[in-house]
Amino acid sequence: MIKLTEINRIFQVGDQQVHALRDINMTIDNGEYLSIMGPSGSGKSTLLNILGLLDNPSSGEYELEGEIVTHLSDEQQAVIRSSQIGFVFQFFHLLPRLTAAENIALPMMLAGVAASERRQRTKKILDELGIADRADHKPDQLSGGQRQRVAIGRATIMQPRVLLADEPTGNLDRHSGMEVIDILENMNQQGITLIVVTHDPELGERAGRKIRFVDGAITVDTGKQ
Amino acid sequence: MSMGITDIIRFSFSAIVRYPLRAGLMLLAIAIGVASIVILTGLGEGARRYVTSEFSSLGTNLLIVIPGKTETSGNALNIFSGETPRDLTLQDALSLKQHAQVNRIAPVVIGAAYVSYQQLSRETPVMGSNAELLKLRNWKMARGRFLPAADDTRAAAVCVLGSKLKQELFKNENPIGKKIRIGDRQFRIIGIMASEGRSIGVDVEDIVIIPTASAQSLFNTPSLFRILVEVNSRDALEQVKQHIVNTIKSRHQGEEDVTVISQDAVLGTFDQIFTSLTLTVTGIAAISLTVAGILIMNIMLVTVSQRTAEIGLLKAIGASHHQIQNLFLVEASLLTATGALLGIAIGYGGNLFIHTLFPALDNVAPGWAIAAAFLLALCTGLLFAVMPARRAARLDPIQALAHR
Ligand SMILES: Nc1ncnc2c1ncn2[C@@H]1O[C@H](COP(=O)(O)OP(=O)(O)OP(=O)(O)O)[C@@H](O)[C@H]1O
Ligand SMILES: [Mg+2]
Repeated sequence: MIKLTEINRIFQVGDQQVHALRDINMTIDNGEYLSIMGPSGSGKSTLLNILGLLDNPSSGEYELEGEIVTHLSDEQQAVIRSSQIGFVFQFFHLLPRLTAAENIALPMMLAGVAASERRQRTKKILDELGIADRADHKPDQLSGGQRQRVAIGRATIMQPRVLLADEPTGNLDRHSGMEVIDILENMNQQGITLIVVTHDPELGERAGRKIRFVDGAITVDTGKQ
Repeated sequence: MSMGITDIIRFSFSAIVRYPLRAGLMLLAIAIGVASIVILTGLGEGARRYVTSEFSSLGTNLLIVIPGKTETSGNALNIFSGETPRDLTLQDALSLKQHAQVNRIAPVVIGAAYVSYQQLSRETPVMGSNAELLKLRNWKMARGRFLPAADDTRAAAVCVLGSKLKQELFKNENPIGKKIRIGDRQFRIIGIMASEGRSIGVDVEDIVIIPTASAQSLFNTPSLFRILVEVNSRDALEQVKQHIVNTIKSRHQGEEDVTVISQDAVLGTFDQIFTSLTLTVTGIAAISLTVAGILIMNIMLVTVSQRTAEIGLLKAIGASHHQIQNLFLVEASLLTATGALLGIAIGYGGNLFIHTLFPALDNVAPGWAIAAAFLLALCTGLLFAVMPARRAARLDPIQALAHR
């Protein structure tokens, strides 16, 4: 479960303050499917980064699975990122020198999972994602949709509780975008908490809970349905 | 839970081979630094060994009496600064024989003269000494006899030739009993020296040896170049040394105007000189490693900025500051270690090459120098990689991910 209390994020740009998040309060249960929409610059990515512990709020409290994680050390936050959180990015962010399988196995390598187990888990997830025949291909030999599937494999290989996707289809054509969304929703059905930031209203509508951001604040929260 | 070392190395390796130019530059910089240490210490060590072995061939129980008082007795450098306040004479030399611990005495006169046989003539070093010199210097005869054991004051007209000189004057002819001309005098050849190689500046192959008195007369001088004294045992060296100083002093109207050095003192001094020379040269070579270090730092900084997105991604999937920093440090260590090994190999090759050019020089880099060069390179690589690695670790993951 995720609980945010009075979260603010203020960026200092020169002598100007940018209030990217204002007094965010919300609770997200395990297994929920959220979409976050809103105009550009409204703070969607900033929220996702805080949820994923890539950024810390200027004030407020973030509680994850009963633990207040706001003031943990970098080392401790890294452990949580590794074990509980998966990220999917608009631009995939695969390492070009590694194969698809190696990219997927990267989080396990960082976490020190034994090589034999890595191979086994990678193979399983490659099958599930339907890209087993591409295991040894480098990212530049893959289509956009295939790359994003590899990225999803990498995000979920550590079996996190939360999957954070920032415009996962933003760089894909409609067809492969839909395929990617199918995969993400499928994972949500298996119990993972899925939070998707999107500009596509049609995609946003598919989520069980829809949140709208304007100017760093939540203006609409449909709640769990 | 932390990344296994083989994984770290494999991951770093994959990053290294992706930028071959960068890797090549770093390898080269380190290799040059290490190779220069290996080659320069090899040269220093070779020079030290050369001089040491030259002096070792003197024999251990040897004292050398040199005219002139040096400031600190035993300082080898003064051997060459030939100040001669009062000459050593043959009588001085003979007076030293009295001591019970003195085994042999060989006076030495050195000069150069034209040596000719029939039409052939050549300027050659001439050494005047006595019969004792052969045993004292451990020389061997190839043919005939050495100087006769006669009264040292007798100027016999006999000579012994070095093997090279004999070859030049006589080819394969047997020279024993033949007469040659040294300067303006006739000498009968009684023996040929074996090819002993060289020892302290005297090329035994290219020399003619005649009795002391003959040499003094030939060069028209009453003085000696030096006196070689062989002592019965090592323990008696100090005692005999004192005896020599006292004896000569009393013969020279109470003036202490000779220097007596032992082989140990000479060797010790040379050892010191060459060790400090080697260290200096190593220090200079180490500077080239520092230059390499600065190059490494710059290349690593470029690497970090090239791989900003990768660093952001690694953080997003669970890498800590520490892990990122270690990844870059391992990468730098891998490169420097490889560069250092390459440098050692190049250094070895260089030493071999120099050895083929100068076979007399036994220029092998000492083990400590190789180990030090390797460690120094590794430390330099690590030290100069710390700053770039820290910069990588501190990158803001969000901005890093935005970097494309
Ligand atoms: N590192 C930063 N430094 C300064 N200002 C920032 C920084 N990151 C975000 N901001 C500002 O915070 C506000 C929210 O940015 P954010 O990226 O969260 O918007 P967004 O809703 O994701 O927009 P988009 O739909 O364009 O991705 C913006 O005004 C942005 O300029
Ligand atoms: Mg955004």
